[in-house]
Amino acid sequence: MKGLRKYLDGLSPHFSEGGKWYRFAPLYEMVDTVFYVPGNTTTRAPHVRDAVDMKRSMFTVILALLPALFFGLFNIGYQVDPGSGIVQNLLAGAVAAGPMILVSYAVGGLWELLFAVIRRHDINEGFLVTGLLLPMTLPPEVPLWMVAAGISFGVVIGKEVTGGTGYNVFNPALVARAFIFFAYPGDMTGDHVWSLADDLTAATPLAVAASVEGGDAVSLVTSAGYTVKDMFFGLIPGSVGGTSTLAALFGATVLIVSRIANWRIMAGGLVGMVGASLLANMLAPASQNTMLSLPPLYHFVMGGFAFGIVFMATDPVSAAQTDRGRWIYGILIGVLCVMIRVLNQAFFEGIMLSILLGNAFAPMIDYFVLRQNIAKRQKAYDRQ
Amino acid sequence: MAMKKAFDAFAGPLSRSNPITTQVLGICSALAVTVKMDTAVVMTGALIFVLAGSNIIVSVLRNLIPSRVRIIVMLTIIATLVIVIDQVLKAFLYDISKQLSIFVGLIITNCIVLGRAEAFALKNNVRESAFDGFGNAVGYGFILLLVSAARELFGSGTLLGYRIVPDFLYVENGGWYVNNGLMLLAPGAFIILGLLIWLQRTVNGYTED
Repeated sequence: MKGLRKYLDGLSPHFSEGGKWYRFAPLYEMVDTVFYVPGNTTTRAPHVRDAVDMKRSMFTVILALLPALFFGLFNIGYQVDPGSGIVQNLLAGAVAAGPMILVSYAVGGLWELLFAVIRRHDINEGFLVTGLLLPMTLPPEVPLWMVAAGISFGVVIGKEVTGGTGYNVFNPALVARAFIFFAYPGDMTGDHVWSLADDLTAATPLAVAASVEGGDAVSLVTSAGYTVKDMFFGLIPGSVGGTSTLAALFGATVLIVSRIANWRIMAGGLVGMVGASLLANMLAPASQNTMLSLPPLYHFVMGGFAFGIVFMATDPVSAAQTDRGRWIYGILIGVLCVMIRVLNQAFFEGIMLSILLGNAFAPMIDYFVLRQNIAKRQKAYDRQ
Repeated sequence: MAMKKAFDAFAGPLSRSNPITTQVLGICSALAVTVKMDTAVVMTGALIFVLAGSNIIVSVLRNLIPSRVRIIVMLTIIATLVIVIDQVLKAFLYDISKQLSIFVGLIITNCIVLGRAEAFALKNNVRESAFDGFGNAVGYGFILLLVSAARELFGSGTLLGYRIVPDFLYVENGGWYVNNGLMLLAPGAFIILGLLIWLQRTVNGYTED
C-alpha cells in the first residue's frame, strides 16, 4: 500500500494547477480518494468528525448490493439450467450480465469524466452506485448498446442537466431504466426478454398474473410453476438483480444498520403496498381484473418491489428529507406501485414508475411538512 | 437606420429571441406535429403565411383598430388567414392535412401569432412588421425542423420519408438495431427541445433572470 501512496504522490504535481494534466484533475482526485481518505480538512466551523464521506457511504451501498448481484448472477444460470452446479450457474450469469455492468460503468463513467472536466468539479461518487444499479434492474438479455444509450441518458438527462449529484430530481438509474423501457419496450417486456437459451422463453410471474382475464391470480401464478418460496429467494425470471426479496432484505439490513438509507421510507413503502393491495383484494370479486386478487405477500415477493423500495426509493438525493415526509413518500410509492401493477396492465412492473412519481412529489411533500411544522410552532408561540 | 430595424426584427427571432427556445411559446404544436418531418415542413409553411400575413394586415390597420376591441379584431384577421391556409392544404395536400388535423386550426390560438400582432405589429410600420412576422415564423419553423429531424431519424430511421438507417441493421432483418420508441411519444419532443435550449443557451450565454 505504501508503494501506491508513493506512486500517487509522485503523479500529484502533474494534476495540480499548472501541471500538464491539470484538465484531468478530477480523474486523479477520483483514484486518490477511492484508495485513501482525503487529507484536507474544513477550515471553518462546523467541523464534522466522521470517517464516513460520500465515497465510504457509496461503497456501503455497493456492499449492500453485492448479495443481490451475486444471487442474480447465479439465478441467470439457474434459470437456463437448474441442474448444473452453483459455480457453473454463477459463471453463466457472469458471462451474461458481466458485459452489461462493464458497459454501464465504462460509458457512464465517460460522461461523468466529460462533465467533470468541462465543469471543473470532482467526479460524482454517486455514479459508483448508479452504474451498478442500472444493469441490475434490466433483464439479462438487453443488448449492450441499449445499456450504453440508457446510462448515457440517465447520467446526462437524469443528473447532469440539473447540475450533477445532489441536484438531481429523479434517481438517475431509474431515469436510465425508464428511458430503455419506453424507447425499446420490446426488449424490456414482451416475449423474448428471458431467452438466454434458445429453447427457453419464460414469462415473469407478474406477466403471468396480468396476462389472463378473470380467475384467481394466486392460482394462475402457482399453476405457472412459481411458488412463494421460489419468488422470495428469487429463483424466478426477472431482472438481473431484482428477483430476490431475501437479498434485498439483506441489503436493507446493511443500509439501515449503517444508517445510509432511512428505514422510514422502506417501512412506509411496505405499509402503502399492504394497504393498497388489501383494498384491491376487497374489490376483486366485483371485477374481471385478475391482478386485483393478488394478496400483499405476493406483491411483496413478485417483481422488483423489494429491490426498488430498498435501493432505489431510498436514494438520499431524490427522496423526501423530513422524517414525516419520508413516511408519506414511502406510503405514496407503495400505494402507487400496487395501483400501477393492478390497474395499468400495460406496465405490470409498477415499482419503477411509482418511485419516479414519488421522486417528483418528494420536494412538495417536504415543503408541506415544513410549512405544517412552522404553523404548529407559530400557534404554540401565539398562545404564550 | 430603418432598414437595420427591419433586419433586427427579422434576425432576432432566429436565435436570440427565438419564439420556442427563448420565449417558450407555441410548445403544444411543436410537440404535436414533429413526429415526422413532412408535417413539420407543412406546418412551418402554414405558420409563415399566417404570421407574416396577420402582422402585415394588423400593421396596416393599426391606426383604425379601436384599442378596446383590438384582441377580437386581431383574432378575426388571424382566423381568416388560418381558414384560408386550412382550405388550401385540404385542396392540395390532403394526406398531410389529415395528419395535421386539428393543429392547423389551432394556429389561431398559437401564442406566437397573437403575441407578435399585439407586441409588434400594433406599434410598428408595415415593412418592419412583415419582417418581424416572417422572422418569428422562420425561427419557429427552424426549431420545428430540428426537432422533427431528430425525432424522425431516431424514431423511424428516416428523414422526410427517405430511409437513412439501412434496412439490414434492424433486428427484423437479422441486425441489431431497434428504433427508439420514446421519440414517437410527446416526451421525446420535450427532451429534444430541452437539449436544443441547453445548446442554444450555452452558445449564446443566455441566462434566466
